[in-house]
Amino acid sequence: MLLSKDQLIDLYRKMYLIRRFEEKCAEAYTQQKIGGFCHLYIGQEATAVGSLAAIKPGDYVFTAYRDHGHPLVMGSDPGKIMAELYGRSGGICRGKSGSMHLTDVERGFMGGHAIVGTHTALAAGAAFASKYRNEDNVTLCFFGEGAVNAGVVHEAFNMAVLWRLPVIFICENNRYGMGTPVERASAIYDIAQKGCAYDMARFHIDGMNVLEVYEQVKKAVDMARNLSVPTFIEARVYRFMGHSMSDPSHGHYRTKEEWEAQKKQDPIANLFNKLSKDGVMNEEMKKEIEAEIEKVVSDAVAFADASPWPGQETIEEDIYA
Amino acid sequence: MPEIQYREALNQAMAEEMRRDENIFLMGEEVGFYNGAYKVSKGLMEEFGERRVVDTPIVEEGFAGIGIGAAMAGLRPIIEFMTWNFSLVAIDQLINSAAKLRYMSGGQVKLPIVFRGPGGAAHMLAAQHSQALESYYCHVPGLKVIAPATPYDAKGLLKSAIRDDNPVIFMESELLYGTKGEVPEGEYTIPIGVADIKRQGTDVTIVAWSKMLFKALEAAEALAKEGISAEVIDPLTLRPLDEDAIIASVRKTHRLVVVQEGWPFCGVAAEIACRVYEKSFDWLDAPVKRVTNMDVPMPYAKNLEKIVLPSAEKIVQAVREVMYK
Repeated sequence: MLLSKDQLIDLYRKMYLIRRFEEKCAEAYTQQKIGGFCHLYIGQEATAVGSLAAIKPGDYVFTAYRDHGHPLVMGSDPGKIMAELYGRSGGICRGKSGSMHLTDVERGFMGGHAIVGTHTALAAGAAFASKYRNEDNVTLCFFGEGAVNAGVVHEAFNMAVLWRLPVIFICENNRYGMGTPVERASAIYDIAQKGCAYDMARFHIDGMNVLEVYEQVKKAVDMARNLSVPTFIEARVYRFMGHSMSDPSHGHYRTKEEWEAQKKQDPIANLFNKLSKDGVMNEEMKKEIEAEIEKVVSDAVAFADASPWPGQETIEEDIYA
Repeated sequence: MPEIQYREALNQAMAEEMRRDENIFLMGEEVGFYNGAYKVSKGLMEEFGERRVVDTPIVEEGFAGIGIGAAMAGLRPIIEFMTWNFSLVAIDQLINSAAKLRYMSGGQVKLPIVFRGPGGAAHMLAAQHSQALESYYCHVPGLKVIAPATPYDAKGLLKSAIRDDNPVIFMESELLYGTKGEVPEGEYTIPIGVADIKRQGTDVTIVAWSKMLFKALEAAEALAKEGISAEVIDPLTLRPLDEDAIIASVRKTHRLVVVQEGWPFCGVAAEIACRVYEKSFDWLDAPVKRVTNMDVPMPYAKNLEKIVLPSAEKIVQAVREVMYK
């Protein structure tokens, strides 16, 4: 369970990759290079990075529309992701997905899904397939706390427990479903307890602490892999940006004070402080990683900038197999 | 050739395909221990066991989604809706997931999945349980829609649907389950997207599918006695539609009546009529007529239900009108 020095540094590298990649996304969005709806993950990086460190190749991952970080962590080409956000032919989905539906089947990333809650059933289905084939793969399913009031989520929970499916439901509770605080949308605020009705293993974690995320998700992953049982994890997080690029980060439904206080709990800075205190990382290594990621991200932007628009002939492709 | 029931034909198709391919499984309400609400899955639990014949809770959206997720991960699910009326609870999964994921992923996702069950009116089931919903699903690129009328077509097309690598909407009928027809004992399939001329004729083309086919054939028989030779075409697959077969027939007969159970507004019959107008206007000797349900929710009362639905008499009348007789 203990992570090696290299693994710890890799957690830092991946969180920083998401951060810088998405800062570039924000820039590109304001330059109108990226269109549509664009939801940034900035602030919540620890949850994806810690969780995805706990799985192995062959496992499946589903998430909602805040989906740039997950494929980046799973090894998808940042250039292809950026080109997809640009809607270019070099995009990972050939310019047909955009920000909200990124997919990299080869790496087990089964997609961003943009109708709230529905992909919890798809994830249970992938877990069903693993169990059906008697494979030991597990499925991670990420969604926001805005999804947990939806009927389909409870249908998926019920069948996951009923059929002992190896799926880990990870609710990233960032407190606001778009602009509506959880207290105004859910009858109970302790979201993990939504698993009670199904007697599903459930707990909450500090989703801003990547080491805690890794340790706790790993436990659930091991249970799913070895015992074929689902778990419901509520990861308490905070998004530093608005709901989407068209939503201000504060001043509307979140106060400046709240936002500033939360920003001080930056998961990336916190990890660096911890690792430097433990002698795993120092300022120099941090600078090296930053330079390395800077190049990755600027190469991704350059790739997207150079990628041609999709040809008209592709419009009718990919509808049917 | 042995005569078997429509439900037995479907049962044979599923059993044969499940024997052939371990990745195929059946999931739905009462499909297993109960042997199917309409006994279409009779004996499958006994032969294939609980792993491959999966009884679900009454949660159409949830198990439709589980089926789609399983297909994304490489299995080949057959998802049974006890009736297509209940699919409306799951329509988000069918339209936003099944029909979209391949496209949105740029062709990465493959979804070999069949959604099947009975649609349309049975007898006195009132407004929520009597809907013919093919128009809903035909509207959506990414889906294929099949609605066979005979046991032979049902078996051959269900086998093709199961082997297809795309989401297929397969519409059966409560009133057809007990009907009998000849089905060969050996292996066969029927291609998706190819219409079948069920009766040759020269004076008028009647297009009809699912149980309306039999109303159309009954009408054609009556018309023959009046000296009118009707050609009856069953499209079998509604999406992709074999419009070439329909247009070829209309260019021969110069007259068209389309029979569709279900509402007229934005219906499949309207689409067929439109395509014929667009591509064969000059061949027509009369405006196209549609025979559909009346534009009302289905009433419960027996006499009213009969009035709402298409009938052989209404088809005969429509043919007389396009013949100017």
